[in-house]
Amino acid sequence: MSIISSTGSNTDKKITISTTTTLSQRLTAAFCASILGACLVYFAGFSHIEAVHNAAHDTRHSSAFPCH
Amino acid sequence: MIKRIAQTAGFAGLLAALLLTLLQSFWVAPLILQAETYEKSEPAAVEIHEHAAGAVTAHTHDAEAWEPEDGWQRVLSTTGGNLVVAVGFALMLAGLYTLRAPRRTSQGLLWGLAGYATFVLAPTLGLPPELPGTAAADLAQRQIWWIGTAASTAVGIALIVFSRHWLMKILGVAILAVPHVIGAPQPEVHSMLAPEALEAQFKIASQLTNMAFWLALGLISAWLFRRKSDGQYSA
Repeated sequence: MSIISSTGSNTDKKITISTTTTLSQRLTAAFCASILGACLVYFAGFSHIEAVHNAAHDTRHSSAFPCH
Repeated sequence: MIKRIAQTAGFAGLLAALLLTLLQSFWVAPLILQAETYEKSEPAAVEIHEHAAGAVTAHTHDAEAWEPEDGWQRVLSTTGGNLVVAVGFALMLAGLYTLRAPRRTSQGLLWGLAGYATFVLAPTLGLPPELPGTAAADLAQRQIWWIGTAASTAVGIALIVFSRHWLMKILGVAILAVPHVIGAPQPEVHSMLAPEALEAQFKIASQLTNMAFWLALGLISAWLFRRKSDGQYSA
């Protein structure tokens, strides 16, 4: 009985630890992915580089990004 | 986890970008091309087309800057632009899914709707979709307002949907409204080279195309994200 309960609490501890690590990892991953995504959107939709602007011109107009 | 985000964003972005390109090519792009015929035939366009005029007088590189030729080059570069934008938006969605995994694939539609409201509906309330040759305020100012509006809409929607306290929900509504109370930068004189009917048609085409794009992006990304679901991310 005591063996079972101690095994149970050990597993519980492990789960708690792994979820906390995962949560901070998840937050980091979510943050990094969002920043990277925002950079991509900024590059194609908001860049002031002439050639990029000309290439993505129709994308900008169609997606209602500010253009010209 | 990173692999999962990358795969979801990559494939969802690719598929949604293809849908966007298809809708654009048949519906939106012809309107843009038609508007450009007014822009090119009108000599006064140079004055209104402030950015091109500024570029010519300030630095002469404007004429030399690469520009895709009409036809396959233009379609291809627009497809590229769509792809980059779509993968960017999909990365944001997939990142958020790691915090709040969709419980059903259909919840992707709600995420898509939120994306449409954040990145299309809210900014276009102040800065409606414009055809080439439409007078507008300073580009940098409009970009700042656009980004600020998208950011405050995202925060506002998140507070309204996810917070449990009613006070926070009201705060969400307030944050949502702030950029519209400030108001979008407007040109001193409103003028347009294309006929109003064309502009009206363009606005509808742009809104519906973007809505279809966002719903598809939300649905596909939620489906892909859940495909190898092991319950690890269920929030």
